[in-house]
Amino acid sequence: MATTARRASSWVAASSLTQRIGSIALFIAVWQITADAVHSRLLPSASAVFMALEQEAVDGPLLHHVGITLARVAAAFVIAMVVGTAIGIVMGRSKTVDALFDSWLVLLLNLPALVIIVLAYVWFGLTEAAAIGAVAVNKIPNTAVTLREGARALDRSYSDMAASFHVGRWRTLRHVILPQLYPYTFAAARSGLALVWKIVLIVELLGRSNGVGFEIQLYFQQFDVTRILAYSIAFMVVIQLIEWAIFQPLERHAGRWRR
Amino acid sequence: MTPALVAEIREKRYGRARGARPHMALTGLSLQVAAGEFVALVGPSGCGKTTFLNIVAGLDTDFAGEVQLAPRADGRPARVGYVFQEPRLLPWRTVYDNIALVLPPHHPDGVVEGMLRAVGLAKARDLYPPQLSVGMSRRVAIARAFAIEPDLLLMDEPFVSLDHDTVEQLRELLLTLWHARPTTVLFVTHDMREALVLADRLVLLSGTPGRVVADVPVGLARNRRQSGVEIELLRDEILRRHRELIGAAARTTPVE
Repeated sequence: MATTARRASSWVAASSLTQRIGSIALFIAVWQITADAVHSRLLPSASAVFMALEQEAVDGPLLHHVGITLARVAAAFVIAMVVGTAIGIVMGRSKTVDALFDSWLVLLLNLPALVIIVLAYVWFGLTEAAAIGAVAVNKIPNTAVTLREGARALDRSYSDMAASFHVGRWRTLRHVILPQLYPYTFAAARSGLALVWKIVLIVELLGRSNGVGFEIQLYFQQFDVTRILAYSIAFMVVIQLIEWAIFQPLERHAGRWRR
Repeated sequence: MTPALVAEIREKRYGRARGARPHMALTGLSLQVAAGEFVALVGPSGCGKTTFLNIVAGLDTDFAGEVQLAPRADGRPARVGYVFQEPRLLPWRTVYDNIALVLPPHHPDGVVEGMLRAVGLAKARDLYPPQLSVGMSRRVAIARAFAIEPDLLLMDEPFVSLDHDTVEQLRELLLTLWHARPTTVLFVTHDMREALVLADRLVLLSGTPGRVVADVPVGLARNRRQSGVEIELLRDEILRRHRELIGAAARTTPVE
């Protein structure tokens, strides 16, 4: 039974991979045909963009800027996840804290990203810390709300078990509490990565002199749509690779006990 | 010799929170258990048996009264093992890790393996709880409670909703473990037959709010308890002497 199921699921995985590749190929074909028909400098063809991408990667500074942006994404993401998770757990566990700060969360959730970024630059200067901090602050309320849901759904019977056997605080957190929060952590991380990298580009556009956002601003001023698209595609690929190579294996590992 | 457990619960009520209707769970429940004694706490469902165990385990501190556990020989506080009504194994940890979790971080090698062998689950060490049968899960829960070498073992109807054969096996396993690793046991059940098969002494509780109505030693050697006849005779005698229990016992007698 199990083998059949596994074979079936790997067949489904293989066929969904084929579908995915087919879907992307179709998109590129439509793009190429439309661009050829329109024949405008403002809608470069797929082949032109991929050539520019290769050129920028091999001879140009593309990899350098992608690396810098990726470092900012990583820093802001880690800060937002750690701080947001801590806030979420505390708010989910304590009614008092929740009542006190719930409105703050709502306020932050509704504050436009642009406002947070502008205020961060105005108050703390055009610095790396202000840039990364602004991105993290954009994501923190989001993570906190998701993890608060998780903390509210914690199963009391497991905590009681740990308490009756005098399992220490840290071991209880690590073995009893956090595993119950993993599904919520992954949900927050997924939406977090998508949000963070987009906001990092804006932060770079407004106040940094390197990174993908800065480059896009440069080519925007030159109306060089080919290079704008080349940089965006490079970064989209990187983010998708993170999803495939890091998030999905981690999630499988965390869920290995499920039948 | 000081008793292993002295409990004097004057009053335990629920619903102190705003809006809720207060509900008296326990009144005047006093109990002494000698070291090494196997005591069964018998009472109808909802009479506060689980509440009482949670108080003894230190999980519930919101009550009027006192609970004293005799300290260990080395002066450290008594260790309490708890077998809950459901096994409460962490589904995301292996059988081995579930038991290792309740041991001190640097416990000697082989403690967990020895315990798993004792409950006949040596081969299941790397399985996750969702892969276990209900009977196996209960064995792991019992192994976990014995692994800490408890001075007091609390058991909350650990064999409910299992089929007859599994219950028989688990009772036998429990007695075997208890003889090999003697400890004080407080075993909660609503099934007087089960209590008579296992315990040295029965403490009978009334319905809500729970209080002690009778304290009956079981004067029958364990090797003579296999026959259902002797157990039935004992049970009839207890019910005759404590007529107020008959109604409750009739309501909660399980189908066996």
